[in-house]
Amino acid sequence: MWDVGCSVHPTSHIPHPAFLMTDIFNDFAVEMRGVTKRFGDLVANDHVDFTVRRGEIHALLGENGAGKSTLMRILYGLYHADAGDIAVEGRPAVIHSPKAAIAHGIGMVSQHFALVAPLTVTENVILGRVDGVRLRLDAAHARVAAAAQRFGIDLDPRATVKSLSVGQRQRVEILKALYHNARLLILDEPTAVLVPQEVDQLFENLRFLQQQGFSVVFISHKLHEVMTITDRVTVLRLGKVVGSVDTPASSRMQLAALMVGRETMAAVKPATTTTGQPLLELRDLAALDNQGLRALRAVNLAVAAGEIVGLAGVSGNGQVELAEVLSGTRRCTGGQLLMEGRDITNGTPAQMMAAGIGRISEDRHASVVGEMSVAQNLALEHLDEFTRGGRLSHRRIRQHAERLIADYSIKARPDDSIRTLSGGNIQKCILARVIERNPKVIVVAQPTRGLDVGATEYVHNKLVEQQAKGAAILLISEDLDEILALADRIAVMYEGQILDVLPAADATPARLGLLMSGGDPNRLTGPHMTRNA
Amino acid sequence: MTAALLITFLVGLLAATLRVATPLILGTIGEIYTERTGVLNLGIEGIMFLGAFVGFAVAKQFELAGVGAHLWLGVLGAALAGMVAAALMGFFAVTLGVNQHVAGLGITLLCTSLSLFAFRLVFGESAVLPSVSPFAQVDLFANLPVIAPIFSQYLLTYATFLVLVPLASWVLYRTKFGLEMRAVGENPEAADAAGISVPRTRYGALMIGGALMGVGGAFLSLAQLGAFSPGIVAGRGWVCIALVIFAKWDPVRGMLGALLFGGVFALQLRLQTQGFQLPYELFLALPYVVTLIALAIAGRNAAYPGAYLKPYRRE
Amino acid sequence: MFRLERTVAPLWVQALLPVVAVVITFALTATLLWLVNANPLEAYYYFLVDPLSNRVSLLEVLVKATPLLLTGAAVTWAFTGGFWNIGAEGQLYAGAVAATAVGLQMQNMPPWVAIPLMIVAGFAAGMLWVLVPVLMKLKLGIDEVVTTLLLNPVALFIVSWLLNGPWRNPVSQWPQSPDIAASAIFPKLLPRARLHFGFVLAILVLILMGYIFRQTALGMRMRAVGLEPAAARFAGIRVQRTMLISALVSGGIAGLAGVSEIAGIHYHLIDAISPGYGYTGILVATLGMLNPLGVGVAALFIGLIDTGGQTVSRALGVPVYLGDVIQATLLLVTLGVLLLRNYRIRFVRRAS
Repeated sequence: MWDVGCSVHPTSHIPHPAFLMTDIFNDFAVEMRGVTKRFGDLVANDHVDFTVRRGEIHALLGENGAGKSTLMRILYGLYHADAGDIAVEGRPAVIHSPKAAIAHGIGMVSQHFALVAPLTVTENVILGRVDGVRLRLDAAHARVAAAAQRFGIDLDPRATVKSLSVGQRQRVEILKALYHNARLLILDEPTAVLVPQEVDQLFENLRFLQQQGFSVVFISHKLHEVMTITDRVTVLRLGKVVGSVDTPASSRMQLAALMVGRETMAAVKPATTTTGQPLLELRDLAALDNQGLRALRAVNLAVAAGEIVGLAGVSGNGQVELAEVLSGTRRCTGGQLLMEGRDITNGTPAQMMAAGIGRISEDRHASVVGEMSVAQNLALEHLDEFTRGGRLSHRRIRQHAERLIADYSIKARPDDSIRTLSGGNIQKCILARVIERNPKVIVVAQPTRGLDVGATEYVHNKLVEQQAKGAAILLISEDLDEILALADRIAVMYEGQILDVLPAADATPARLGLLMSGGDPNRLTGPHMTRNA
Repeated sequence: MTAALLITFLVGLLAATLRVATPLILGTIGEIYTERTGVLNLGIEGIMFLGAFVGFAVAKQFELAGVGAHLWLGVLGAALAGMVAAALMGFFAVTLGVNQHVAGLGITLLCTSLSLFAFRLVFGESAVLPSVSPFAQVDLFANLPVIAPIFSQYLLTYATFLVLVPLASWVLYRTKFGLEMRAVGENPEAADAAGISVPRTRYGALMIGGALMGVGGAFLSLAQLGAFSPGIVAGRGWVCIALVIFAKWDPVRGMLGALLFGGVFALQLRLQTQGFQLPYELFLALPYVVTLIALAIAGRNAAYPGAYLKPYRRE
Repeated sequence: MFRLERTVAPLWVQALLPVVAVVITFALTATLLWLVNANPLEAYYYFLVDPLSNRVSLLEVLVKATPLLLTGAAVTWAFTGGFWNIGAEGQLYAGAVAATAVGLQMQNMPPWVAIPLMIVAGFAAGMLWVLVPVLMKLKLGIDEVVTTLLLNPVALFIVSWLLNGPWRNPVSQWPQSPDIAASAIFPKLLPRARLHFGFVLAILVLILMGYIFRQTALGMRMRAVGLEPAAARFAGIRVQRTMLISALVSGGIAGLAGVSEIAGIHYHLIDAISPGYGYTGILVATLGMLNPLGVGVAALFIGLIDTGGQTVSRALGVPVYLGDVIQATLLLVTLGVLLLRNYRIRFVRRAS
């Protein structure tokens, strides 16, 4: 068990006893050689070599789709590599399951937490590692509490995970890994769900662990974080390793160049062409979430023609529910939604579309019917326009699809099943479907999540294009970089309310971070989520 | 009705309720375990039928051979048959990951038709149903004045209420296996990441469920009827499916739901003899209707296990 | 150890899959036959070939297929729309009851009034029998599998009550209803055969369904709702209304199966009117891969097995339930085989 019998004082520099026993000639915690992994035609990892030294914080850097998560999931036994070897602390290791990975001292905290919401923290921590038949919960609670204290993690073992905030849940995940004797921690985009102040806290914790002799693999696509916390960086692009450098010896420019492979082209932002008259107005909108708790409280916001309003905020503060209300898939319990002055509160999706609102949902896969063809999906929102005399014209649906495929450079044929398309191409289909109706308002949520650089650029350019044509765009995104690049005004959402709306020029990451965590400088522990499983 | 008659009526009703509820509790708890891991086993009706047949056939063979414990051997046989059938369901639902509704119905049809096929083969076609001398009821507190009949139940009934229900509850909430089952049913990715074998847990729950369902069927043929007939299960498996939702996947609540259904069933049997004008078929339909109503009241937007009906595949 | 990988199988492979399923099924049941000392080949001859060898049994195949065409269609319609209708059996009985009720009153009506009236009544009764489950689903969020299932025995109880009570045949005192009016009887399609108008009705229903699925917006909307209700809703489709149509029309078609058996075969109500056609309909729908043409072929195939089944039983001395065993096995095997539409089997050797 984790109780090695040697107490390690947080400020001491005595390495963890476990490391004294290992082969001191071998400096590597983990070596991966020649790892290759394919998903159908897509080569996610292409002969990747990756090594982590003991006691280092090593970043795995790359854009969305570069293969970072895939590589680590192979290390953790969730995926099976098609080729390649792994060695852990100098010895060859065959890792076919997370159980094997844990036995080798590898722990992973993924972006989507592997937690069982209705269970308590303790039950989640001991899951899979219970000795014997009976669950001795009281003793377990005590052990988990002690472990949490040991690793500097602040948690109540008896709390149910359902009641914890996102930041707290992440801490449960880290505790879990350490409790099970992980010597190498893999963190997959850990800061994606954290506010800047929580990020600092996480980094403090990581440095503490590093001093104890733990190794960390830090997967990220955020350059400034990588520069701050890591010792070494390995950069992946399109499945291949393009560089491996010591962080102090490198620079953001160098890493960015490696990551992207060419000059990044930020979306060219024209001067704001807004007329000032709001097209879309939200007045005191209130709504409940799926658990019946208040997700939106008196949301007030206006978006004018020709402007992009970014809605920033840590996920779980009501953004999903807001997008659903605007899409017509969630009823609001109070307030008004006005479109060009007309009340469209609680309209159906069809009514929202008819009013001129184009909607791009954050869940790509819940916006299209996977088993249906590209052509059918492109026509799905307006089937009546393809019917004549009760009869559906497959010819016209096809022609419609061919036109959109050409206009939007979608890599697909009209009859392809849409689920076979890449994420980027699916997003293009969704974009095409929305934009070809010339919507007056576009509500778009997390548009570039999981997309590679090229697709991301495409989406951003299309949005800017629509803005230039006079559309009012509400961009809901967890990616602060995206919002900073595109928005003219930035609103920050916190616990179901818009705390403030700043002009882009005034929106510094520090100010935004403050607002995203409630606007109170003393509030360092981040937003408290009392909902969302 | 005088007070004394009323009391006799109620006592008799309660005694009958416990009896009728027994196979339902067995089936319901079996299905609760299965669904807790995220699998819907619509094969329950067929597995209970199979259990009824196998229990009967095994008991009959052993009775003819003069073995004393023939009835218990029949129960054992039914449990094993149930496990095999449930494992087959597991192959389709867990290993292959096909549509669980249709697979379950397929299992029901297969078990039912195989049982009837084997029954005809072994016992041929005769006007008189082959029978076996059934379990006797065990009187626990025979000297108690009024309520003695309540404690005149089959051993299986005592075992179900006094052992199975508390044991099932304890295992689910206080053991490692129960924790793993709940984790697999809520979030199989998390369970997998914790090193729990999702398929093994699901197969395990399925097979425990199958064994219980088989015993439930055997109860019908070996205790209640003393024979096997094609109409012996008559939709009880489906009732169990409804009861699981009503029970919110908790064994003790499942027992309560089974008592409710059993109570209504026993009640309508008694009401038939009281000379009411309503036809007896409508009485027979009453428990099903009551189950529907109970579902409507208690089953709204039920909190299904998170991974309900979702097959789990690791890439 | 094998793994399943996502892929899309070419159409010709997909069309072959049901055939593969049949072959595997027969291989499996051959083992069963061998165990009871029966010759599998002889059995399969009686199942598959013998019924086609003469006019009488060939027509009998079509007669047996008629209710399956309808229940298969009913289940296909419901499943396509995402409504898991397991209650076709009860809906069939509801239709049979309505057909009998109307048929008994048609003494003085000409056939062109009686028959449409019966059909409409049967369809409506089937719809009625699925109304409670679909409302419970739409308004209360209660799974329709349980509710449709629970209503099956209730339908049977109602039929039993009617047959032992108000509709008990006054002459014979048997639990069967009096005969329906002669004008309500479905005309025969061929002389000296049992093949009746119900067969035509079934084919028409399947053709209409095929048209609606492929050529109308409703069909595409139903499919979308059945595949991804969230995406359908997002796209502006009225999911609740579409689901209602999926359920009600399915119930109605199953009701038609009941009408067909009453007006085409029995001419009076008995409680054995359906030896499980409602459940077999699920097999037919699955084997036919929810495609109306496939359903037609599958229904004919099962009708073939049903017709052969009785001969097999007599000729080989095996219990008549053999046919049911084969059908149940076929359902399961088909489920497994149909996976190959969307998955490829990859054999992986575990590195030691």
